[in-house]
Amino acid sequence: METSSPLERGLRAFAILVICLFFMFPIFWIFLMSFQTNETILRVPPSVVFSPSLENYRALITGKLETSAGTLEIAFMRNLFNSLFLSTTSVAVGLLLGVPAAYAFARLKFKGSEDIAFTLLSFRFAPPLLVLLPLTIYFQQLGLANTYGGLIWVYQLIVLPLILWIVRGYFEDIPADVEYAYRIAGHDFWATFRRIALPLAGPGIAAAGLLAFIFAWNNFVFALVLASADKQPVTVGALAFITASGIQYGQVAAGIVLSIAPTFALALYAQRYLVEGLSLGAVKG
Amino acid sequence: MSLLLKNVTKRFKSETVLDDISLAVESGETVVLFGPSGAGKTVLLRLIAGVIEAEAGEIWINGVNMAGVEPEDRGIGMAFQNFALFPHMDAAANISAPLTARRQTKERIAATVGQVAKLLKIDHVLHHKPKELSNGQKQRTALARALAGGPSILLLDDPLRNVDAKLRFEMRLELPRLLKDQNATVIYVTQDYKEAMALGHRIAVMNDHGIQQLGTPEDIYLRPANVEIARLFGDPVINLLEVRPQAGDMGALVELSGNPMPLIGLEAAIGRDCLLGLRPESLQFVAEGTPGAIPVEVETETPLNEKTVTLALTLRGREIMISRPAGSPGPASGKAWLGVDAGAAMVFDRASGTRFIPSQIEVTP
Repeated sequence: METSSPLERGLRAFAILVICLFFMFPIFWIFLMSFQTNETILRVPPSVVFSPSLENYRALITGKLETSAGTLEIAFMRNLFNSLFLSTTSVAVGLLLGVPAAYAFARLKFKGSEDIAFTLLSFRFAPPLLVLLPLTIYFQQLGLANTYGGLIWVYQLIVLPLILWIVRGYFEDIPADVEYAYRIAGHDFWATFRRIALPLAGPGIAAAGLLAFIFAWNNFVFALVLASADKQPVTVGALAFITASGIQYGQVAAGIVLSIAPTFALALYAQRYLVEGLSLGAVKG
Repeated sequence: MSLLLKNVTKRFKSETVLDDISLAVESGETVVLFGPSGAGKTVLLRLIAGVIEAEAGEIWINGVNMAGVEPEDRGIGMAFQNFALFPHMDAAANISAPLTARRQTKERIAATVGQVAKLLKIDHVLHHKPKELSNGQKQRTALARALAGGPSILLLDDPLRNVDAKLRFEMRLELPRLLKDQNATVIYVTQDYKEAMALGHRIAVMNDHGIQQLGTPEDIYLRPANVEIARLFGDPVINLLEVRPQAGDMGALVELSGNPMPLIGLEAAIGRDCLLGLRPESLQFVAEGTPGAIPVEVETETPLNEKTVTLALTLRGREIMISRPAGSPGPASGKAWLGVDAGAAMVFDRASGTRFIPSQIEVTP
């Protein structure tokens, strides 16, 4: 550990504070907004002093939005469930397909493997809107439009390349000799994959799964075009807060708090795996 | 025949790594693959283990052609140079890997692991993860893992490379006994000629993608196939003097600082540019006036534990090294005379490097 002067440490603490404020303040402000009514949110000048109310959360959970123009039905909880279901299932499918594929790309150098891997990555280059129009037509013909299955399939465009390329790197970092050693000890290919490659790439797989989950969760445009009301995730569902009588800022804020909560909790939980990294100290002399 | 390699060739892309290697290893024999890095020693081990495939040639183990046989079915134990321990398993689990594959009972596995660990003196660290082990312990764990399954063929890829000098010395003494007890056929890779001489029943010197010489340690040391091998074995390194043997009364003859030295049975070398190889220990300091002694000027003297090495200059200013047992008398500086053991001298062709093999001397009663 380097020793640093008090001034240096002070400056460093200040810089960290500025960065934290810059990134955390909007989230903090939204958190405060979620306990306020539209009137207190929109007052000038804004103030942090208000009498908190759970009205926004109540409206979201019961699905009844009271506006000055009357009561409006919103399906926020349904949207939240859709988000959860779509993201989880997409990541699960992505991991199931992506992890073995990543291993193949990392270890079995077959003809055209680089080209295939790059093609899969190139899905990330294509602007989604460009893909969506033909996709919509195909999906309608195939009967996949407005189905969970169809959405999960399309979500693989987001999830699969991400998992594939991150996990592949982790597999490549495992020294081939460690796997050879297990093979020579008498274990077959699958046993070696399960008991050596998978556990050693574990942190990488966790990281890829987490990132993929967040990307899937945040997706807007695929779901907007391909899903109707009852299949829409929160990202699309939030549009319902723009009502005839104005934007319901309080409910929007409460909706944001509820919808970032799962990814936030997941990130906190998986942080351990992300930081842990590969513990391959035994391999290098 | 325990292990048989027939014309094995391995290429990576267009680069040939092993070219037409053939080798037969008897059951229970230890053959050392010795050579500089890049000679293809490790690649050859991997071919035998079956983790990579040869472009041409056949590998037979215990009479079975290994073409298409997976590594797990070859009955091999292997210790890797970088240990290749499983980082997420403790030492005991590492060592038991060859046993769990055979679905033995827990008790039997534990007993075998304990036995092997005790043999290698790592029974006190069995519950440690590899990153908590010292290099020496890692090396022993890797070795224990290779031995645990009781393989008929043991492949050891420079297992002492990454351990400290003291441990290397200890293991060099310990390994031959250990390998003998295992009763396994051993292929041992090393870059250290002392290890090769200490462990091998036979040594295969590898260079330029092939086996340049195969023979007992004594063969390799006293009768190296070429100047390259003569240089690789021996410390201090062999003295090489540029000479051109002439015809003399008793066959070939070279002059060393004006003194003629006969080269018996080496008529083939007459008139050609040659290198005269003199092992430092085949030279002795002798009294002035001894017949055939060559005068030298002593430059420096270096004591090396069991021997003392002297660097001297000949009359023509060529450097020459003399090795003698430590404690034996010898000049520390000034003028001195060297006696040369003509019988131990080797003659190499300067262009090709190959050694001229002395023709057999007819002994008539």
